Amino acid sequence: MSKPIEPNSYKTGPDEAGHFGIFGGRYVAETLMPLILDLEKHYNIAKDDAEFQAEVENLNKHYTGRPSPLYFAEGLTRHLGGAKIYFKRDELNHTGSHKINNCLGQILLAKRMGKTRIIAETGAGQHGVAAATVAAKFGFPCVVYMGKTDVERQSPNVFRMKLLGAEIVPVTAGAGTLKDAMNEALRDWVTNVEDTYYLIGTAAGPHPYPELVRDFQSVIGKECREQMLEAEGRLPDMLVASVGGGSNAIGLFHPFLDDKDVQIVGVEAGGKGLKGDEHCASLSAGKPGVLHGNRTFLLQDDDGQILEGHSISAGLDYPGIGPEHSWLKDTGRVEYVPIMDTEALEAFQLLCKTEGIIPALEPSHALAEIVKRAPKMSKDQIIVMNLCGRGDKDVFTVGSALGVDL
Amino acid sequence: MTSRIDARFAALKEEGRPGLVTFVMAGDPDEKTALEVIKGLPAAGADLIEVGMPFSDPMADGPSIQLAGQRALKGGMTLAKTLNTISEFRKDDLDTPIVLMGYYNPIYIYGNEKFIADAKAAGVDGLIIVDVPPEADDELCLPAMDAGINFIRLATPTTDGNRLPRVLENTSGFLYYVSITGITGAAAPDPGKVAASVARIKESTDLPVAVGFGVKTAQQAADIGKGADGVVVGSALVSAIADSLDRDGNATAETPKAVHALVSDLASGVRSVKR
Repeated sequence: MSKPIEPNSYKTGPDEAGHFGIFGGRYVAETLMPLILDLEKHYNIAKDDAEFQAEVENLNKHYTGRPSPLYFAEGLTRHLGGAKIYFKRDELNHTGSHKINNCLGQILLAKRMGKTRIIAETGAGQHGVAAATVAAKFGFPCVVYMGKTDVERQSPNVFRMKLLGAEIVPVTAGAGTLKDAMNEALRDWVTNVEDTYYLIGTAAGPHPYPELVRDFQSVIGKECREQMLEAEGRLPDMLVASVGGGSNAIGLFHPFLDDKDVQIVGVEAGGKGLKGDEHCASLSAGKPGVLHGNRTFLLQDDDGQILEGHSISAGLDYPGIGPEHSWLKDTGRVEYVPIMDTEALEAFQLLCKTEGIIPALEPSHALAEIVKRAPKMSKDQIIVMNLCGRGDKDVFTVGSALGVDL
Repeated sequence: MTSRIDARFAALKEEGRPGLVTFVMAGDPDEKTALEVIKGLPAAGADLIEVGMPFSDPMADGPSIQLAGQRALKGGMTLAKTLNTISEFRKDDLDTPIVLMGYYNPIYIYGNEKFIADAKAAGVDGLIIVDVPPEADDELCLPAMDAGINFIRLATPTTDGNRLPRVLENTSGFLYYVSITGITGAAAPDPGKVAASVARIKESTDLPVAVGFGVKTAQQAADIGKGADGVVVGSALVSAIADSLDRDGNATAETPKAVHALVSDLASGVRSVKR
């Protein structure tokens, strides 16, 4: 594939058909097409509606606790001995991750569209918890599809969702992870089109989901820009975020895409290494294909069958990636690198000790990349990392990886 | 150009009855058995044959067809082997229309242009690609039409008057009316509602309309067939395969017989309809 021409702006996508370059689009069964076109229509009205935006902002402030702090990680900076490291602390949000930003926006859309039932897919359970939370707040019944493997390794989140009144459906198809949960959610949606809103958790799926999820998550990058200018009087030299489906990363990256001097790095789950099949590095080791409504980089075999992938982090355990990331990789604007399970585990422990913060395993991948890069950078350079989730949910997984029986 | 599909529906019209469209998955449970199953379908009473292309993530399919795809993939089935199955079938049968049904990604990876050329050479007459809507016609539908392969579109209960013209625009061969909002193999549709929907669609097109999703018995085939040009049966046949396997999931001597017996029964259903 030849490299696309550098665009005038990286922020204008997607086009009307939902494409970012060759990526994106809407590849769905005909039953869903009228719904997706309807969603697009409603979203296009909502995004220019001051009242809708004010409602989102109000909830962000009073329900989620935004803006999230931009925090100078002095202890970690000293430990690594290079660039200044800041964290955008979306792990302090209500529900413990960035996922709530998207869920609040989408539940308001569902309400506007007159839908009466919410479905969602979840991997680590962070999106499931956020979806169940907003469904509870707005009085919607909510069904969350979750791979059986993930139900087992994320039991605290399963219980949280139940407390919030959601019904959890364990999905046994395939390897029982996020991709299988998404298939099952799509099957539910196709069956219950009349009353159901599908609250997708990441910036992927058929158009307009990648766009609207990105827009709701971009609050991260917008705040970060302002906070950085206030703290340092300038933009950072580098942004780093983990990418599974890619919603926290696109939320941080998007407002900075046209700032050419800001280097941007996305960190994929390298699992047990890129040589075998036990990783989720779709951008580093996959190729373009069509799944779950969009064309994007996918882990797949020579026959176009989708592979299961592996990551210690359930939230990164997805063989695809949001289409805008595929385009940003293709254009070269964002660099994507893999981090192994073992490196993420080390970074997880390092942050606990240097900053008194227990991060989720997902941002621990981004952190591991910073551990590699910061020491090679000068002390007057600045890195911002999206600390997109807290690690309470992961203590059992980490315990078991470290040989500690909890 | 008159395709095999056009010719078959014209003949059915002459006969005054709806056609039986049978779906089985290529390579289920193994390449050889599936070929034997497919080869015996016309004699058992199938008028058109849909052959599934196995895919790891069949988002519009219920458990029966999901499992069929998994059995095929586990047995090493690929898109190239599926095309080979069609070539083998065509050695003995030049009349029965073959429609490949599946999802886009394996085709995209095979290469759209190469796929269309190879499918045509193998004797494929039509394609139903679940996740390629009219909005993406230039990718696969139009090149297929140029090659003389019918691109068959699904219409569903959500396809309203605004949407229908778009769905019909580049559809040829026949229109596949999905009788329920849901996945394959779900509950049986209400024949009265289906007939009304088919009648509504027929106001906008001269294409034959085949109805599928949820049809399992000869009686249902007869009831649905009264209001349609064709009745599609898939999950029930695929389940007959599943039920005939041994404990290790391998085919038995009963596997082709079980499918053909069910097809004969269903064929008696569509043949009981007189117009």
